[in-house]
Amino acid sequence: MQAKENTQNLKRYTIVTEMDNEAGVLSQLAHLFSRKGYNIETIAAGWTVDQNVTRFTIEIFSDDDRIKLLCAQLRKLVPIHYVEILDPSKSIRRELMLVRVHAADRSARNEIIQIANIFRGSVIDITPDSITLSVTGDDQKTSAFESLLKEFGIIELARTGIVAIERGEM
Amino acid sequence: MTNINNTSKKLNGSEILIQCLIEQGVDTIFGYPGGAILNVYDKLYDHKEIKHILTAHEQGASHAADGYARSTGKVGVCFATSGPGSTNLTTGVATAYMDSSPVVFITCNVNSDLIGRDSFQEVDITGVTLPITKCSYIVSNVENLADTVREAFAIARSGRPGPVLIDIQKNVTASECEYYPVTPEEYFMTAGTRIQRLKSTHHPSVGYPDINLEAIDELAELIDKSEKPLLICGGGVVRAKASQEFRTLAARIDSPVAITVMGGGAFPGDSPLKTGMIGMHGSQASNMACDACDLLIAVGCRFSDRVTLNPAGFAKNAKIVHIDIDASEINKNVMTDLSIIGDAKKILNLLLAKLKRDKKNDAWKNYVFSFKRETEYDDPEEGNLTPKQILSAAAEILPQDTIVTTDVGQHQMWAIQHFKFDYPGQLITSGGFGTMGFGLGAAIGAQVGNPDKTVLHVTGDGSFRMNCHELCTEEYYKLPIITLLFNNSTLGMVRQWQHLIYHERYSQTTLDRGPDFEKLAEAYGVHGRKVTDVATLREVLKEAVASRADGKGWIIDCRIDIDEMVRPMVGGNSFIANFMLD
Repeated sequence: MQAKENTQNLKRYTIVTEMDNEAGVLSQLAHLFSRKGYNIETIAAGWTVDQNVTRFTIEIFSDDDRIKLLCAQLRKLVPIHYVEILDPSKSIRRELMLVRVHAADRSARNEIIQIANIFRGSVIDITPDSITLSVTGDDQKTSAFESLLKEFGIIELARTGIVAIERGEM
Repeated sequence: MTNINNTSKKLNGSEILIQCLIEQGVDTIFGYPGGAILNVYDKLYDHKEIKHILTAHEQGASHAADGYARSTGKVGVCFATSGPGSTNLTTGVATAYMDSSPVVFITCNVNSDLIGRDSFQEVDITGVTLPITKCSYIVSNVENLADTVREAFAIARSGRPGPVLIDIQKNVTASECEYYPVTPEEYFMTAGTRIQRLKSTHHPSVGYPDINLEAIDELAELIDKSEKPLLICGGGVVRAKASQEFRTLAARIDSPVAITVMGGGAFPGDSPLKTGMIGMHGSQASNMACDACDLLIAVGCRFSDRVTLNPAGFAKNAKIVHIDIDASEINKNVMTDLSIIGDAKKILNLLLAKLKRDKKNDAWKNYVFSFKRETEYDDPEEGNLTPKQILSAAAEILPQDTIVTTDVGQHQMWAIQHFKFDYPGQLITSGGFGTMGFGLGAAIGAQVGNPDKTVLHVTGDGSFRMNCHELCTEEYYKLPIITLLFNNSTLGMVRQWQHLIYHERYSQTTLDRGPDFEKLAEAYGVHGRKVTDVATLREVLKEAVASRADGKGWIIDCRIDIDEMVRPMVGGNSFIANFMLD
């Protein structure tokens, strides 16, 4: 995984794939991205209704032609059940962010809690000089949250990477 | 497998492995034993019905299994032990992968409790081979062994064929479990297996996709409108055993046919429609036809950079149609106007039924064949032969159905340019990976798989030196392989580039060194002869053909000029009709 680099003319794609839940599938998947020259922005994994099947949500910057090729290459991996590119307008994308910020005085603490409330985040842990918060949302929301907390001093930050699912048919 | 029948019995992993190979119809294995795979070799001792070819080096075994697969159409099988035994296979695995050759590689690893401890001769071979196999398996439980082997064979031979590796931990080869014999057909039908899932979802690793019939209609329409068609015959025509359909198509639409390196043998070399090889060393007729055609139909070809050169100008006046089994090849190297994914044989049959009429393209053919199909060579200087002289003599004296294996370099291009192959599997060459040292191993595999055919191994002095230790395998198993050595005391192809592009700075390409190949032949117990003129060459070739029964191979060391070049040539990334040499 690498930080965003040349993202000009490139679009962010959300790929969802389900694979047999067995040893080595993550390395097969990750290896294919690297050897074909794609950088993974985020990757998140967990099993599905069927514990024998793992679902990966992967986000990368690419273009329409290259993403089609990538999907065709992914489909060739034996443990893969299916590969799909999600249409942003018809899907829900969420990630969880955990962040611990400096909160040495009462006013900072209050302000941080207010920001968290606006973002529907929650306070998970509090100490005399720090607060740990969690927030859920798409990458824009979590990034906005992060930038508002910057002025207080972020001690540590962790994000899960995006998981995504299609909306139900109307 | 959960269905229990009367024939179940408790066996250990090694015996189960061998029983599963027998299920798959395997009667020949190439390999090399070692510590981790000892249990398997111990069981093999009891199975004299399986022929095991012991090579000098695991790499030789890997190429032999590949050559066996390519020349017989069966799945090749190769054994090696853990650690260096398995890493020695990797060049062979990659060679098979790049040329879509079905080989099952079986390695054993250290005991499960030693895995991950940097134990003696331990390596993560499944990790190493991940990018060069269709699939690689670790077997750490004997219960999974039989189905893994069955699945591996099904995957190796189905869809776009390719190599598969199974790494079995040593304790698995000694543990016991119930074994139930299952035929490959039964296994393909058994519910609950991964193959079932792959099959029912048309997974590209095993399944044949539903062919888009509208695209077939569209192609028939394009063919009908085209006045300047060109067909490219790729390796997919060989693998799909579609050469008959391809020939019929070419004849009915009266289209010139260019042949890729991997397509050799799928279209008759003496056909008047043949333009020759296409690409970097393609004939003038092929490359000029590609540049001027209005419809290009590529069958089972992946538009490698050695074929297309600069993709931006490739077939610039043509609608490009791509027929391939592998969807991930579409628009990978060349953007196409129409693609049809599926088995070449099925697609061509559907297409033939849809053709509106048979065509005649005399004006177009006159244009295409106004360019040369074959390279003309200057007369040789005293003491040397020309590639053309050597290959013409071989073509004339050896039986027409001779299987030709090659190494990589100038001799490879010459052999492919000059021989007139006419059946799939007749030419065995490392087209994609370009593996020097492939040819002798491949020839061993081809001769073992085709004991009644003559096998010619065309090589150069550089390539031959890489794996010539396999002469001991050739001698031991009495394989009368004829090695035709193009000896120019240089790495000819690299020298050619140094001559043309690097201002004649021959850095590390001159091979002014031993061995004396005639004496090497003698040391290994095969026939050897140095040749510098055509008359002697012809005599030696006749003797080689006549002496086949003695089971001794030949090394015919042919002296050629150090500055001989492969012609024509188009520089890398140039446009296909911009010949650097003609």
